[in-house]
Amino acid sequence: MSNDHDHHDGNDDHELRVSKIRDGTVIDHVHGGQALNVLAILGIDGTEGEEVSVGMNVPSDRLARKDIVKVEGRELSQDEVDVLSLIAPDATINIVRDYDVVEKHRVESPDVVEGVLSCPNAGCITTGDEPVTSRFSVLEDGVRCSYCETIIREEIAELIDT
Amino acid sequence: MRHDHLITSKQLSRGDIETVLDYAAEVDADPSALADRHAGTLLGLLFFEPSTRTKMSFETAMKRLGGGIVDMGSVESSSVKKGETLADTVQVIEGYADALVLRHPKQGAATMASEFVDVPLLNAGDGAGHHPTQTMLDLYTIRENAGLDDLTIGIMGDLKYGRTVHSLAYALTNFDTQQHFISPESLQLPREVVYDLHQQQDGAGIKEHDALEEVLPSLDVLYVTRIQRERFPDENEYQKVAGEYQIDAETLEAASDDLTVMHPLPRVDEIAPEIDETDHAAYFEQAHNGVPVRMALLDLLLSDDKSIEGGSDE
Repeated sequence: MSNDHDHHDGNDDHELRVSKIRDGTVIDHVHGGQALNVLAILGIDGTEGEEVSVGMNVPSDRLARKDIVKVEGRELSQDEVDVLSLIAPDATINIVRDYDVVEKHRVESPDVVEGVLSCPNAGCITTGDEPVTSRFSVLEDGVRCSYCETIIREEIAELIDT
Repeated sequence: MRHDHLITSKQLSRGDIETVLDYAAEVDADPSALADRHAGTLLGLLFFEPSTRTKMSFETAMKRLGGGIVDMGSVESSSVKKGETLADTVQVIEGYADALVLRHPKQGAATMASEFVDVPLLNAGDGAGHHPTQTMLDLYTIRENAGLDDLTIGIMGDLKYGRTVHSLAYALTNFDTQQHFISPESLQLPREVVYDLHQQQDGAGIKEHDALEEVLPSLDVLYVTRIQRERFPDENEYQKVAGEYQIDAETLEAASDDLTVMHPLPRVDEIAPEIDETDHAAYFEQAHNGVPVRMALLDLLLSDDKSIEGGSDE
């Protein structure tokens, strides 16, 4: 059974453009255009030989246009899912084993993300050489540096510390 | 909660503030009563930026409490020049002193430093961030002159980079105040400060303006800050706004007779010297209040039998 059968956006033919996976994770309902940022968060740049399928701007009933990322042979950790929520708040995480979706859940925003984003404020203490891990509290519509208190609402993906 | 560090005025409740101000008033009335209270106690001064009033008033306060100071000195003459991190510096000086006072050009420096030390750390200004002890002496001065409830206050000048402004605005949300922020568009309050003020006060008591005339007659207090010429990328842009944010006797003809004019100092040309001799001027009194207020704060943070855990928030 294909994990794709669990998607009911009325456009299975579009989704079938993206190959099925045997074991791994399907990240669905990512806002259109964010798939490459999802890969950045997961540290996937293709150099490690990962098997990844990406669908971009696929028609979706819920999001109008959505991206889908399928990662073979890797189940995401909760930390990774937490961070994903910052750029893909409506994403659905499907864990696939032997072609079956064995877990399916929506991402949930964490209260805090640490060591993931870099503060864009050049005047922030975390931008220097101090032995400090970046920390951001998660707001309803953005993130906030726990040190300089700068609020970032847009282009959070650009702050990902890869 | 008891506060081990004083990083931002946001951490202070109305009860905390009243505890400090009431105690400062006691200290102000009889500073000699605390002359030996902290004999043998050492305060570490770590000033990574220039300072006159804040540094000297902390030094004076500690000495009037019977203690002493250990001063890192200028950045140029310290190990910072060799590339030592702030985290290392505070951990070293923590071994010498019973409490630390930190001024640093980076926002969030005090928050980070407090994570590396166990002794009380007081934020004496972190970049464009916060300056909570200045706020306590500002509040003390405001209370002495105009009270803290049913208050209409105008805060004018460089609101973008003015850390004294940010701290004061946060603290005032604990009281029944109307806050009017007056600045050129390029120096308006940072959006995160506005966000916080709206969160704390539903935005009801917060208004932004670009001209003092719009609000001057309604003000009980006018808190003026220097427009920092060096912040403007274009001298012409500075010239467009500079004159509009200076006040003189003629300006104040439209103000209430009871208006209190404050300034964290240093001033350059934003308050004409002719105002110094009027009943409006409270800025030198404000600077003098730094000593009793910092004596009270230090005693509350250093004593086992006292704390600024405060009273009721009601």
